[in-house]
Amino acid sequence: MRLEYPTNIKIVRVPCTGKVDVIHLLRSFEKGADGAYVVGCLEGSCQYNNGNFRARKRVEQAGEVLESIGIEKERVRMYNLSSGEGTLFAEYAREMDKIIRELGENPVKKAKRKMDAA
Amino acid sequence: MKTEKSRLEKVLEKNFLAVTSECGPPRGSDPSEIIEKAELLKDHVDAINITDNQTAMTRMSSLAACIHVKQLGLEPVLQMVTRDRNRIALQSDVLGAASHGIKNVLCLSGDHQSFGDCKSGQNVHDIDSMQLVQTIRYMRDEGKFLGGDDIKVPPQMFVGAAANPFADPYEIRIPRLAKKVASGAEFIQTQCIYNLDKFEDWMKRVVDRGLHEKVHILAGMTPMKSAGMAKYMKNRVPGMDVPDELVKRLSDTPKEEQAQKGIDICIEDIQRLKEIDGLHGFHIMAIEWEEKVPEIVEKAGLYPRPSI
Amino acid sequence: MIVADKKPIDEVIETIKDYEKILLLGCNECVTVCEAGGKKEVEVLASALRMYFLNNGKKVSIEEKTLERQCDHEYLEEIRDVIDQYDAVLSLACGVGVQFTADKYLSTPVLPGVNTCFLGATEKRGVWTERCQACGKCILASTGGICPVSRCAKRVMNGPCGGSTNGKCELGPDTDCAWQLIINRLEAMGKMDEYEKLSPLKDWATDRAGGPRTVEREDIQS
Repeated sequence: MRLEYPTNIKIVRVPCTGKVDVIHLLRSFEKGADGAYVVGCLEGSCQYNNGNFRARKRVEQAGEVLESIGIEKERVRMYNLSSGEGTLFAEYAREMDKIIRELGENPVKKAKRKMDAA
Repeated sequence: MKTEKSRLEKVLEKNFLAVTSECGPPRGSDPSEIIEKAELLKDHVDAINITDNQTAMTRMSSLAACIHVKQLGLEPVLQMVTRDRNRIALQSDVLGAASHGIKNVLCLSGDHQSFGDCKSGQNVHDIDSMQLVQTIRYMRDEGKFLGGDDIKVPPQMFVGAAANPFADPYEIRIPRLAKKVASGAEFIQTQCIYNLDKFEDWMKRVVDRGLHEKVHILAGMTPMKSAGMAKYMKNRVPGMDVPDELVKRLSDTPKEEQAQKGIDICIEDIQRLKEIDGLHGFHIMAIEWEEKVPEIVEKAGLYPRPSI
Repeated sequence: MIVADKKPIDEVIETIKDYEKILLLGCNECVTVCEAGGKKEVEVLASALRMYFLNNGKKVSIEEKTLERQCDHEYLEEIRDVIDQYDAVLSLACGVGVQFTADKYLSTPVLPGVNTCFLGATEKRGVWTERCQACGKCILASTGGICPVSRCAKRVMNGPCGGSTNGKCELGPDTDCAWQLIINRLEAMGKMDEYEKLSPLKDWATDRAGGPRTVEREDIQS
């Protein structure tokens, strides 16, 4: 299909989104990511029944933790699609990219740069 | 010191239908409010219950208010809840009450503090209401403190407890009363009665078990001030059984006549219950409506009160 | 188990804000099961705190460690060699663990990261309920296996109180009436006649009222 999506997105492959934990999402921010999103199978079609539901909960939890320390919870998101929906994958990637660009740089990254410079 | 029995006890012993009422102490240090309320009831009741921080709202202590009432020449019933005092304080207050000539006590567990004005307060519940009955009976009859030491002059107390004929679970309504009797309760004041059929059924089972011979049961009566109050009691007050028919009777009455209707229904109910086998009196709780008690007592044929 | 709940992050931040080198210390026992203070919670909280302080321009180092137990000397010894590297320990163990750690390392501030709630059971994931108040003198044999001390809001020994409605406590429909549960059990076991036995006044000397308690077993002491 040769679809294009923003090149600033780094894909981390996991066997199932159920593998993704809150700490993985938080660490990505600690390491300087401006946003993180999880793309899981469609709800109801998880090979392991509820892996994607668990992922959604953890995304919500990560959002709450971020919010509690003053970082916009919109920087973490969950998307669902089937493996055949490449167009949608690209669309979600562009949407996420747009959301994060509007929110701007991860404040932690900015603060770290400032501190390192000082 | 041999103390005379309380008037309430004597009235009940002589097989008169006893009449008690209830007053809440003021939320301040001025006693005039409780004195005025008591004056209204003076000639129409045998004794007046003084509530103990009811609904867990902080008020003047029941004991202090009882003393004010006593000084008017009326007979108080000291209500004691186990929520706020441990066994040391409870025993101590019983002695204090007896020293002021207070001779009736009603033992209760008390509403949970979360309903009141000190929601973050601790509750005590060192002993429960039945154990408080046992404790006071032990102090009186054995002349001993719970710790085993002799009490120099034991307190002469007529000891009562509350009962809810409509309480859940159904299967223990009678066993629970039996348990209260076994703990030593000498009189029982019931929860407000609106469902007369159910109450009569309960009384029948009380009589079948012979409990009416061991304890004096006073039926709790509270006149409804309005249809709104009836609905509130029906839907919001735990353990209350208000039949739809009663709500309807009040709702069908024009608003300005509802209060009088409530009084009339209360009088009607008392007249019906007077005939019940095993019932020994009425506890008329006119909540913030003490001035209506004399009318209820008179029209229900409970006046004049016997002179003892 | 001992059930604990996470303290809100802002409260944790407030308690540790004056320290620069902090050890976040988890516990592998009860608080792991109730997801309040195990390895995972340590990781998440540490990450969040690091980001928070960084974001606020404050240099704070937060390191993580989770012990097998914080209520046993031998496991707490594992941090003896490193304890002096830290200005403070934020313990995610129950109140017992926090205190045991504090006892052991006299000069190090040890701060609680969870609220210790009660002795309870897991109803389902994310729901824990109280079952025991450790009164020190178990009466479950006479109450149908349901504890009125921990499950009745008024710890009524001869219940139910007058507030019981439709099997629920006067506190509201979310709380079962312990005495309804007791009666249900007594009925199911055909032991309703036991209901009418008066419960004696409880001896609270073995409870909190008697002062700090000790269980001592000479037969197994070495």
